[in-house]
Amino acid sequence: MINTSKNSNDILVIKNLTKIYHNKEGETLAIKDLNLNIKEGEFVAIVGPSGCGKSTLLSILCNLEDKSAGNIIFPKKEVKLGYMLQEDTLFPWLNILDNCLLGLKVQKKVTKENKDNVLKLLNTYGLKDFIKKYPNNLSGGMRQRVALIRTLATNPDILLLDEAFSALDYQTRLAVSDDVWKIIKKEKKTTIMITHDIAEAISMADRVIVLTNRPSKVKKIYNIEMTNSSSPINNRKCPEFSKYYDLIWKDIDIHV
Amino acid sequence: MYSQEHKEFLKKRKKRKILITLTQLLILILLIIIWELLAKYEIINTFISSSPSKIINTIMDLYKTNNLFKHIWITIYETILSFGLGTILGIIIAVILWWNNFLYKVLDPYLTVINSLPKVALGPIIIIYFGANINSIIIMALLISVIITIITVYNGFTETDINKINLLKSFKATKWQILKMAILPSSYSTIISSLKINISMSLIGVIMGEFLVSKEGIGYLIMYGSQVFNLNLVISGIIILMIVSILMYKIVSYIEKILIKKD
Repeated sequence: MINTSKNSNDILVIKNLTKIYHNKEGETLAIKDLNLNIKEGEFVAIVGPSGCGKSTLLSILCNLEDKSAGNIIFPKKEVKLGYMLQEDTLFPWLNILDNCLLGLKVQKKVTKENKDNVLKLLNTYGLKDFIKKYPNNLSGGMRQRVALIRTLATNPDILLLDEAFSALDYQTRLAVSDDVWKIIKKEKKTTIMITHDIAEAISMADRVIVLTNRPSKVKKIYNIEMTNSSSPINNRKCPEFSKYYDLIWKDIDIHV
Repeated sequence: MYSQEHKEFLKKRKKRKILITLTQLLILILLIIIWELLAKYEIINTFISSSPSKIINTIMDLYKTNNLFKHIWITIYETILSFGLGTILGIIIAVILWWNNFLYKVLDPYLTVINSLPKVALGPIIIIYFGANINSIIIMALLISVIITIITVYNGFTETDINKINLLKSFKATKWQILKMAILPSSYSTIISSLKINISMSLIGVIMGEFLVSKEGIGYLIMYGSQVFNLNLVISGIIILMIVSILMYKIVSYIEKILIKKD
């Protein structure tokens, strides 16, 4: 099931990735020999028991943390990564437009063209009337949309979502994940999503990767195939949904 | 429109507020009257305790000889100068410490020691190094305000949401950009509220300095009064100082209000 051979369509290949954390008390092996291929344009969800090092994986991909060993290969070209964190992390002192331009500003790429692109995104996704407003005037769902546009603004090749919806309440979460999924599909972005929510993973992803307990590596990969697959909310009603749910639940093997 | 009950509520609230202010004023006026009467009928010794009318006369004399505003001005000038320098230096040093964690770790115990040391103890040394002049006063006030600013502002910096920093890092931000875009703006309110602490600290330092060296200023008036046993002058000085310190505090609070409102 685990395929590490180079596929022509791969945008990202992770080979034997290992991460060790060091502190005064000793060392912790968080990730050991993790192998993973991500194909261009697919939506991959990574699930696993809590504390298994899911977020560590994304932090390493984003260069927020150093890896201990292994390789991260981009077979086609150097790709740009866009990171979307837990909670929207909007800057309360910037208005919505400036929040969306933050990444471009950091990279000194606030050109007319890029700015127009951001405005177009804000326009398309119903935030046109809010560009001069501040984040605390917006609902949780809108804030999340702003955070996504901020990430999309730098035109990343791969989106990394790190528990991006976990700060929201359940109903908002369903609506926002549906919303975000539609935007991602429309913008045709390769996406890696970390989540602890099995249902969220199955309903949104093309592939679900199950990680083992620490030290984590890939335990199983599911290609999600639904009859009448459409949006995440509808996918939850598909007959296959509960089948996948049961399988993954058993894989994760949660003990309370 | 508001309901009748809400109108009643607002009315009651307003009434209560007025009552509190009136009572506060009444206490002040009563105290002054009692003080004056006790002095008039020689129940208390005015040589030691002075009296409201004598204080007013003293202040008027100071005014007539053109010294009143000179003394007030010199104290305000010294306070504002050390307040400004203390704030700017404090923020700059806090930035340097944030930038270089090694330096912060090394200096941390020294900062703690200097912070807990009563700075007035350094007075004699400061006078010897900087001379019996305005420089010593500024240095004294600066020492008091700068240390507390460094500590407050640095703590504000470290409380910045780690997610905001990580987000900027994921855009490959430089350290300078992180400082400019996340650390400084999110510490804005901490910095502004440290101004309020700072103005009081600077005034304490200035008065302490004036006690030690000066030939002018409100601290000098108080000190001179006590040396020639002119309690009228001492108490007048204290009252002038009270008014000056309240005014400066109110001005800084007002500035703070305007600056914070923008958020």
